[in-house]
Amino acid sequence: MIKFILKGLIYDRQRSWFPIIVIALGVMLTTLLYCYMQGVSSDMVDINAKIDTGHVKIMTHEYAKIASQVPNDLAIWDLSKFLNKIKKEYPIDWVARIKFGGLLDIPDDKRETKAQSTVFGMAFDLLSKNTTEIDRLKLKLAIVRGRLPQNPGEIVISEKLANSLQIKLGEAATLISSTSTGNMAVHNFLIVGTTHFGISNLDRNIIIADISDIQYALDMEDAASELLGFLPTGFNKAKALKIKSNFNSPQMTMLTLADQNGLGEYLDLIGIKLSIIISVFVLAMSIVLWNTGLMSGIRRYGEIGLRLAIGESKEELYLSMILEAILVGIIGSLIGTVLGLLAAYYLQEVGIDTSELLKGSKMLMSTTIRAKITTTSYFIGFVPGILSMLFGTMIAGVGIFKRETASLFYELDV
Amino acid sequence: MQDTLINIHNLSKHYSIGGGQFSALKNVDLKINAGDFMGLVGPSGSGKTTLLNVIGALDSPSEGSVEVLKLKIENISAKQAAKLRKEKLGFIFQTYNLLPVYNVYENIEFPLLLLQLSSTQRKDLVMQALEWVGLLDKVKSKPAQLSGGECQRVAIARAMVKKPQVVLADEPTANLDARNSHNILQTMEKLNQLLGTTFIFATHDAKVIGYLKRKVTLIDGRVEEDITLPPRGPQC
Ligand SMILES: Nc1ncnc2c1ncn2[C@@H]1O[C@H](COP(=O)(O)OP(=O)(O)OP(=O)(O)O)[C@@H](O)[C@H]1O
Ligand SMILES: [Mg+2]
Repeated sequence: MIKFILKGLIYDRQRSWFPIIVIALGVMLTTLLYCYMQGVSSDMVDINAKIDTGHVKIMTHEYAKIASQVPNDLAIWDLSKFLNKIKKEYPIDWVARIKFGGLLDIPDDKRETKAQSTVFGMAFDLLSKNTTEIDRLKLKLAIVRGRLPQNPGEIVISEKLANSLQIKLGEAATLISSTSTGNMAVHNFLIVGTTHFGISNLDRNIIIADISDIQYALDMEDAASELLGFLPTGFNKAKALKIKSNFNSPQMTMLTLADQNGLGEYLDLIGIKLSIIISVFVLAMSIVLWNTGLMSGIRRYGEIGLRLAIGESKEELYLSMILEAILVGIIGSLIGTVLGLLAAYYLQEVGIDTSELLKGSKMLMSTTIRAKITTTSYFIGFVPGILSMLFGTMIAGVGIFKRETASLFYELDV
Repeated sequence: MQDTLINIHNLSKHYSIGGGQFSALKNVDLKINAGDFMGLVGPSGSGKTTLLNVIGALDSPSEGSVEVLKLKIENISAKQAAKLRKEKLGFIFQTYNLLPVYNVYENIEFPLLLLQLSSTQRKDLVMQALEWVGLLDKVKSKPAQLSGGECQRVAIARAMVKKPQVVLADEPTANLDARNSHNILQTMEKLNQLLGTTFIFATHDAKVIGYLKRKVTLIDGRVEEDITLPPRGPQC
C-alpha cells in the first residue's frame, strides 16, 4: 500500500509538488530563522559575557551602584587574597579587570599636544604567562596593524582612533586620567598595535592595556574594578544562579549575565518570539495545507468514491490519506530542513557583514550576522512541517466520512 | 441443483423527499443463483440502480431482508459492508472510473492490495486478468492513452481480478459503441462460463439483454416480469 501511495505521489505531481514546496519553504524559513536567532542571541550573549558581564561578575556594593561611571575608588582591594578565596570556593575561571576613562594625548617632537581624544580604556591580563584573556577576547585576530602588548608600558588602540589621531605605530601617547584616590594620573605608553573587533562598541575610541600597567598608573596596586567568572561550558542560567545564590559577602555584589545589560529579558524575549513565530508558522501552513487537502479531495473525488465502492472502509481510506500526508510531510520537511541548515551553515561559517547598517549602535553587538546550528535546529522546522501537513489533511479528510456510499453508483455513473 | 447467492425477500426502499415519502423499490422478492448472468431492465427511474446499490451493500433496505452471500445487508455495519465488497463483490460502472494517475497494471492490482496479497500472487492474478480481457500489450499504458472499450476492459479486469462471487455492473455499455459493447459482453460471458461468476446488470441496452440468461423487469420499483431466456445462438 505504501508503494501504491508513493507511486501516486510520483506520478501525480499535483498531489505532491505543491504541498512539498509549501512545506519545504516554511520549514526552511523556520529552521533558518531559528538558527539565525540562536546565532544572534548566542553571539550577543557571548560577546557581552567576554567583554563586559562575564557569566557571573563580582563588584563592591558601591561600585555596582554606579558602575557605568567606572568609579575606581570603589574597586575591590586586596585582590589577590580575595581572588584566592573565591577561586577555592568556585572553581571556575576568574579574571580581574579594570575599566577606565581618560584623555589620550599624542605629543609632537617638542612635547606639545599634536592630537588628543577622550578614550575608554579596558585593562586585561595580557602579560602573565598563562593568561586566558587573549584567547577569550580573540585579541590576536583583532589586531589590524602591529602586535599585542608584550612588555610593560605598551598599549593597543582601535584602528579608528589611530586613524582619527593620525598615529603611527611606535609613537608615544600619554594617558591622562584620575587615580583611585582622586588625583590626576598621567602615564606614558607606547602604541604597538591597532585593533578592529567588528563590534561597534569596541571599535570606537578604545584603548587596551595590560592590567598591571593600569594598576600602577591609576594607583590601584592589588585592586581591580571587576572580577569576572566564566563557566567552562558556556553560559547556563541555572548554573550561574546557583553560584550567585551561594555567594554571600558583606561588601561584594554578585550579578549573573542575565542581571546585566538587559540580557536576561533579551533571552526570555528570544524564547517567546521563537515560540510565537513557530506557532504562527504551524497555523499558517496548516491552513494552506488544509486547503490543498480540500482541493485534492475535490480533484480526487472519483478516486475516493471508487475506492470506497470496491471495498476500502472509510477508516482505511482516511488512514491511507494520512499516510500519504505523512510521506509528503516528511519529504517536504526534509528538503526544507536541509535547505534551511545549508543556509544557516553558510551564515554560521561565513556570515553577512552589516557594519554599515549598525553604525552608532550602543549595544554590544557583532556587526556580522551569524547563525548558530544547535541540535534543536534539526527538528525545529521538521516537526512542525510534518504536523501541519498532518493537521491540514486530517481536517480536509473529514469529508471522506461524509461520503454516502449509497450514492456512489450515481456519482460514479456520470 | 443451484446455490442461492442472493436472497431478497419483500424488499422496499423508501426515500423521504420534502414532507412525503417516495418508494424506489416496492416489495421485491428475488433469488439469484450462483452462475447467473442476469439483468435488471426497465425504464429510467424504475429502481435498477437502487436495487444494485442494496445488493452491493452500498445502501440498506428500508423494509424486508436482503441476504447476500449469507450476510444480512439490513444488519451489517459499514465495516462489514466494506469487507463484503472488498472480498466477494466486483463493481463495473458506466464510466469505467479508472484511477488516472496509475497505469493499467496498477489499476487492476489495486483491489488485490486491499486484500493484502503478496506481490507474486498479485502479479499472477493481474496477468491472468489481463489475459481474460486481452490487454496484455497495454500493461504500462495510462488510462488516458486507452480507448473507451479498452478502459471498460480494464475495469472488467479490475472487477474480476480477485475472482469475486458476484459482479454488479450498472449500464456497462452505455458509453460504448456496438462493436466494443459486444466485445466486453462476450468477455463477461466468457468469464461467467469460465469462473462461474454471477453477473448482475442494470441496463436498458438491447445489446446487453441479448446476452442475458435471465431478465428481471422492474417497473416503478416492482418486479414486473422475471424470465429465463433461451441460450443465444451464434451471432452473425
Ligand atoms: N437518494 C435518493 N433520494 C431520493 N430519491 C432517490 C434517491 N436515489 C434514487 N432515487 C429515486 O429512486 C428512483 C429509482 O432510481 P434508480 O436510480 O434506481 O433508477 P434506475 O432504474 O437506475 O434509472 P436509470 O435507468 O435512469 O439509471 C428514481 O425515481 C430516483 O429519483
Ligand atoms: Mg440507474
